[in-house]
Amino acid sequence: MMHRLPSYVMNQPARGSLLSIELLEDKEILSLLKLARRMNPLKARPLLRNRRVVLLFYEASTRTRSSFEIAAKSLSAITTLVQSSGSSIEKGESLLDTGYTLRAIGADAIVIRHPAAGAPHLMAKHLDIPVINAGDGMHEHPSQALLDAFTILKHKKSLKGLQVAIIGDIYHSRVTRSNCHLLTRFGAKVTLCGPPEFVPDIAATLAPGLRVTRHLEEALRGADVIMLLRLQKERLAGQRIRLQDYIARYQMTAARVKLAKRDAIVMHPGPIIRGLELTEEVADGPQSKIIDEVHNGVPTRMAILAWALGRAK
Amino acid sequence: MADDKSRTRSLLIKGGHLIDPAAKINAPMDILLRDGRVAEIALPNKIRGSADEKFEARGLIVAPGFIDLHVHLREPGQGYKETIASGTAAAAAGGFTSVCTMPNTSPVVDNPEWVEWLKHPGRGALVNVFPIAAATLNSRGAALTDFAALQRAGAVAVTDDGKPILDDEIMRAALRLGAELNLPVVQHAEDTRLTENASMNEGPTSFRLGLRGMSAAAEANIVDRDVALAQQIRESRLHVAHLSTAEALKAVRRGKRGVHNARVTCRVTCEVTPHHFTLLDENVGEYDTNFKMNPPLRSASDREAILVALADGTVDAIATDHAPHATHEKQVEFERASFGITGLETALALAITKLHREQEIALTRIVELFTAGPARVFDLRGRGSLVRGHFADVTIFDPKKRWTFEAAKSRSLSHNTPFDGGQFTGKVVATIVGGKMVYRAG
Repeated sequence: MMHRLPSYVMNQPARGSLLSIELLEDKEILSLLKLARRMNPLKARPLLRNRRVVLLFYEASTRTRSSFEIAAKSLSAITTLVQSSGSSIEKGESLLDTGYTLRAIGADAIVIRHPAAGAPHLMAKHLDIPVINAGDGMHEHPSQALLDAFTILKHKKSLKGLQVAIIGDIYHSRVTRSNCHLLTRFGAKVTLCGPPEFVPDIAATLAPGLRVTRHLEEALRGADVIMLLRLQKERLAGQRIRLQDYIARYQMTAARVKLAKRDAIVMHPGPIIRGLELTEEVADGPQSKIIDEVHNGVPTRMAILAWALGRAK
Repeated sequence: MADDKSRTRSLLIKGGHLIDPAAKINAPMDILLRDGRVAEIALPNKIRGSADEKFEARGLIVAPGFIDLHVHLREPGQGYKETIASGTAAAAAGGFTSVCTMPNTSPVVDNPEWVEWLKHPGRGALVNVFPIAAATLNSRGAALTDFAALQRAGAVAVTDDGKPILDDEIMRAALRLGAELNLPVVQHAEDTRLTENASMNEGPTSFRLGLRGMSAAAEANIVDRDVALAQQIRESRLHVAHLSTAEALKAVRRGKRGVHNARVTCRVTCEVTPHHFTLLDENVGEYDTNFKMNPPLRSASDREAILVALADGTVDAIATDHAPHATHEKQVEFERASFGITGLETALALAITKLHREQEIALTRIVELFTAGPARVFDLRGRGSLVRGHFADVTIFDPKKRWTFEAAKSRSLSHNTPFDGGQFTGKVVATIVGGKMVYRAG
């Protein structure tokens, strides 16, 4: 290439920013997981006393928002929630101006969820405080991938050689993109499964060793981990998928779970829609770790916040 | 501009190497310009007439003035992005002596009054401005504009650039009317039914970034349809703007081969931008909005096909699609950022660096793509070649000069370029419009 690509480019994100799994180094992922194992929300040291964490949410969220908030408060941080409705965002303030405003108020870190892919990157390039991605459009959801790895490792010895089937709306899923990066990096064999509208062939290019199949049986055979995804109706612009067809071919039923290894675990980033991507029986069954995932979200996010604010000791 | 009193009456360009593909000249030649026209072309030291001024062009290439078929100068209505004065200053610095302006301004240039306004000396243009008018009223794609009146006012083509003419019947009617008037219809080929909310090329990079992608088919479908329509209409003229995919090139090739029914002769032409022959979709990196434009940067195989088509003659012109935007329109979420990049000042450098030095395409072909090629596409008479009596529009450049482009020093009001800090070979040294020097490298 004859010209160097943008030299002027953008400032580096502040140390401690968590923008994506893809940009994390292996050793950073390992130390975050290690740190998460040492975190206990009920017996936490006040690592973040007097530190201000702003939760900036441009999209609805139950799990992620409340677990980041509880994580921050468990570490004695001061938290403020800013949502797009009821703030100046409604009046047309740009993302960067909102960022500058929050910085001026004294934010030490910003946790951001945004419907546009790359929004946390934009903010991180222009602010000198850590920016933590709590889900950006269809791009990534790094804290979810970390808590999923945390959850898997509570039940499996190692990620290496693990067979993971991810089933459902891969295309719209930021959770899947983050999980694919993390799991394949540590040697898991990941199979993506669903109809072409949800799992385009191109999905296999995301990370080395990814496989795509349309056949649920093929994805489940020998699986150690079954990850299910919600059908994201809010992102289905222009897609024509008949729910009944999807349920017939891909819904996770108790009978289908039996195709996987006997000790396979069933995961789902939530919110789950019972009767759609999985049956009641599977959601509440003995192999389901869906509630564990939510539970593990708190120590994982405590680790992320402590790391972001330089208190990861 | 031809009446500008400050113009030097005569100018002798001495000692340069003339490349004039239309005249089939590729040799050392001296050129005498007088009263806005080419007065004489002769072997070195053979010009007898005297000149008020001399330009020493030793070691430099002298070429017909470059013509850009596709620029957005943003006036009327969006002077905060660019003005005709600032945009044509950038054009002059890039070696362009003529620019064709796109009508998607505010308001849209869909009537003769706005065409005349664009051409008015009061706009302060440094180079020739050839307006392209809207093909449909307000570019809504519903009712054709008055092509004849627009042409009389000075429009050199019609288009709804920024969006396509989707409706088959409207496109057919536009090509028919264009055929009657010998007026090219320029199409921004994008099936917008397939590109809703998309912000980059569809491929591994868009999947990785979680961005909705524009497929190659969304471009090719429209070019396919347009070529098929053009081939049914005698004397029709279809020009495909900023072509970006291998699939669309196939359709253009089909259009250029013509049809079996020899009575139907249509002219299908196309242009390619420097960024599409230089960059790939993966260069978007981590959401750099200076790599966001429409059509988007494409895959390596698309770029490969474009490079072949530039070399083999399928592509008629290099056009910049110069699309200035203010910082606040680019420093936003990628999906919300405006499409487009500036391009006037880097076009020649990219062509020489990428096409000539890397791809070994001859300089004569590159000059053709900036001169005779575009002049033919819009029938710009007296331009694109330096024969006696033609307009004294000349571009002089140093094909070996190494330099670094700095966006902050751009003459454009906007700095939305992916090439800031780019190191190039090939630089414009002087730009002459109607015999008057409008740019001289410092």
